[in-house]
Amino acid sequence: MPMLSFLVRRLLQTIPTVLAVVLLVFVLFSVVPGSIASSMSDDVDPQVELRLKQQLGLNDPVYTRFGNYIAKLAVGDFGTSFRTREPVTSMIAKRAWPTLELIVTAMAFSVLLGVPLGFIAALRPGGIVDTLAMVVAVSGLSIAKFWLGLVLMYAFALKLGWLPSFGYGDGGLNYLLLPAVTLGVSPMALFARTTRAAVLEIMTADFVRTARSKGMNETRVVKWHVMRNALVIILTTVGLQFGGLMGQAVVVEKLFSWPGIGSLLVDSVLQRDIPAVQGSILVVVLAFLAINLLIDLLYGVIDPRIRYG
Amino acid sequence: MIKSLIRIPALLGDHMMFRMIAIVAGMALALGGSAEAQTPRKGGTIRMTAPYGSSFTSLDIHTTPRSQDEIYAKALHRSLYIWDSELGKPVLELAKEHVVSGGGFVHTFKLRDDAYFHNGRKMTADDIIWSYNRIMDGTKAYPGARYVRIIEGAAAVEKGQAKEISGLKKIDDFTVEMKLTEKVDPGFYFFTALTSIYPADEAVKDSFIQHPVGLGPFKFVEHVPGSRIVMERWDRFYKPGKPYADKVIVSVMGEAAARDVAFRNKEIDTSVLGPAQYVAYQADPNLKGTIAEVAEVFTRYMGMNPAFKPFADKRVRQAINYAIDADLIINKLVKGKAYRATSWLPLTSSAYDKTMKPYPYDPAKAKQLLAEAGYPSGFEFEWTTSQNESWGLPIVSAVIPMLDKVGIKAKVKQVEVAVLAEVVRTGDYQAFIYSQQTGPDPQAALKCFHSSTPPSACNYTNFKNAEFDKIMDDAGQADDDARRTELLKQANALLYEEAPVWFFNYNKAVMAVQPWLHGVQLNATEMTHQNVEDLWVDETSPAK
Repeated sequence: MPMLSFLVRRLLQTIPTVLAVVLLVFVLFSVVPGSIASSMSDDVDPQVELRLKQQLGLNDPVYTRFGNYIAKLAVGDFGTSFRTREPVTSMIAKRAWPTLELIVTAMAFSVLLGVPLGFIAALRPGGIVDTLAMVVAVSGLSIAKFWLGLVLMYAFALKLGWLPSFGYGDGGLNYLLLPAVTLGVSPMALFARTTRAAVLEIMTADFVRTARSKGMNETRVVKWHVMRNALVIILTTVGLQFGGLMGQAVVVEKLFSWPGIGSLLVDSVLQRDIPAVQGSILVVVLAFLAINLLIDLLYGVIDPRIRYG
Repeated sequence: MIKSLIRIPALLGDHMMFRMIAIVAGMALALGGSAEAQTPRKGGTIRMTAPYGSSFTSLDIHTTPRSQDEIYAKALHRSLYIWDSELGKPVLELAKEHVVSGGGFVHTFKLRDDAYFHNGRKMTADDIIWSYNRIMDGTKAYPGARYVRIIEGAAAVEKGQAKEISGLKKIDDFTVEMKLTEKVDPGFYFFTALTSIYPADEAVKDSFIQHPVGLGPFKFVEHVPGSRIVMERWDRFYKPGKPYADKVIVSVMGEAAARDVAFRNKEIDTSVLGPAQYVAYQADPNLKGTIAEVAEVFTRYMGMNPAFKPFADKRVRQAINYAIDADLIINKLVKGKAYRATSWLPLTSSAYDKTMKPYPYDPAKAKQLLAEAGYPSGFEFEWTTSQNESWGLPIVSAVIPMLDKVGIKAKVKQVEVAVLAEVVRTGDYQAFIYSQQTGPDPQAALKCFHSSTPPSACNYTNFKNAEFDKIMDDAGQADDDARRTELLKQANALLYEEAPVWFFNYNKAVMAVQPWLHGVQLNATEMTHQNVEDLWVDETSPAK
């Protein structure tokens, strides 16, 4: 029961967050200069432009447009794209799977590499492994994704010929690897650093010292006390990074011609396709909130001391 | 990067022959005579790229004027006319014969009786009439309305005053009569994909937007939004033996660096090159032979607002033209990927005057003109620019010190390309730098400076000159091509003298073409727009 009430409370809390995001995006795109008509061509026919603005309701007052948008949103209608004249929900649906594939693979890569790296580094602080791991971590955090993507393309596609340099292909793993690794390097580095710091702190905690003094062997201490406690911190980082990855995917998707929500968002912003921008951002925000809610729920599973109050 | 995307229609009577001159500087082996002499091979896959930034806008090509979208549309759709790069003019495509009567206003088209839509149905006059009526639906604001509006009664449909275009008449299933409002060549109005002919029965269905049906040499297979469009050969295409390839894939690749890797890795057959890559490819013996280039009909310039006091004086505008070393910028910054502009009309224009010389770099003359105009110490202005590498901030940054030398201070106002387009049309600037389509029809390009053309159309510098208007009006009345060309040359020369803009350069479009791809056309209206049925790949292509 406490978990259910926690869940309901958290779901209710998302409503003002979502509304705030919707309002913010709407206001932003109401004040920035440029319109779909001007973005379509540098030589648009004035008569066509006038009609286009009328058709899309761009000449209506802002409050009317916002009211219409909210009314549609309330029934799950994200509106119709100014560019493609398709329902925005359908556009997002087509792009959701590639983005999910990319983010999940990038996250898997970063967790599977970063967490063990951080653990190993923390177990022998100041050693060669620790130093190397932290050099990798700091580099991973510092490297620009665009540059890294190009280097990976050059190395693995052009020089080694192992992987295709761009595109979605048939959706196979060979097309996914380069963009996922490009996207995953930075969170991998963060996981390594976070894990190292968490493990180092836990290793000196009273309950670890107690476990050791009771004669528990080091493997069991690490497995049952250190790892389990570090997992809460790692999980929190995963939740936060998920949202970060959705944002960073914008660059990676554009670079690799990956057909995800990130590239849809960039195209929509550049062409002032306001319904598509609003829809894309809303989906990203909802996904971020959902993941973080899920992680909050997982805390209780990992650490029984955490209660849903 | 957004290029100029709308085609400027002709405003004259009989169109002039669009001469291709000074086009080819370095040609790929793929385009060379030896390759062309080979027998085209049937089969294979052509892998083109759509390099202009964003995803394809729509699969309904009537809704989008972007160059990016016309790349795939050239494979999927057909219009009444088609651009012939070799002749440098639009030629009949869906009609076999064209008869002009009624004092040059009535055009009767004998349509092909062998053109089949991808759903297997034969095209008839009804499809032509239906498509043009659709484009004129005022509630939908189709961009192609600017062209179809030339047909009598089309404007009434657009305004909702009539249901059908009165100037379009079906004579029989394969004959259409078109009455125009002006004595013009309809070819310039009906060759772009914006006026593609749709199958009336299919296009009304909701599914059409997801699965378009056209008359082109390739039929739609798949669209992965943001990534690619795949099309396969339409076996009932009306040109015997064509298309050659089995499949065409057009990949969206906005990032030049990613395109470069993919091209070197032989994953794509064509790539558009920017200035930096142009230099790199020329320097690389393995890539030099892949370069194909053409002088496109785009003029890059700095527009000056006459409402800003200093720019109202012709001497100030001329001084700016003298003060800037355009050749230096083209050579060092644009890396030679442009032709120096003399006046407005580009090299490939039939009214381009080869004897005309560009403004020389002469700071002393600039200072003298400024002093005569009452600005011996110069003045300050705000220069609105985008980030475009060929006609944006990098160019502005190079020009500023040159202007500074003659006492003119420029403050940069940087905006997005989409915003710049709006700024330019609303006149909310002191100066701007831009790229504008200046062809294929010289009359239409120059008409932008006629006082009757509003700034919101294409008279962005709000140019008004009675002498210019008279020359242009005379050119519009001229029945003789040679006379008309002479008048247009005069108008172009007058623009040079009046200098409403700083004449910077004409775009040199550069495309890298893999050696196994043959039949690439040097399309001066837009290099990436290829008549795909003429392309073929030989057996050395790594694509299946």
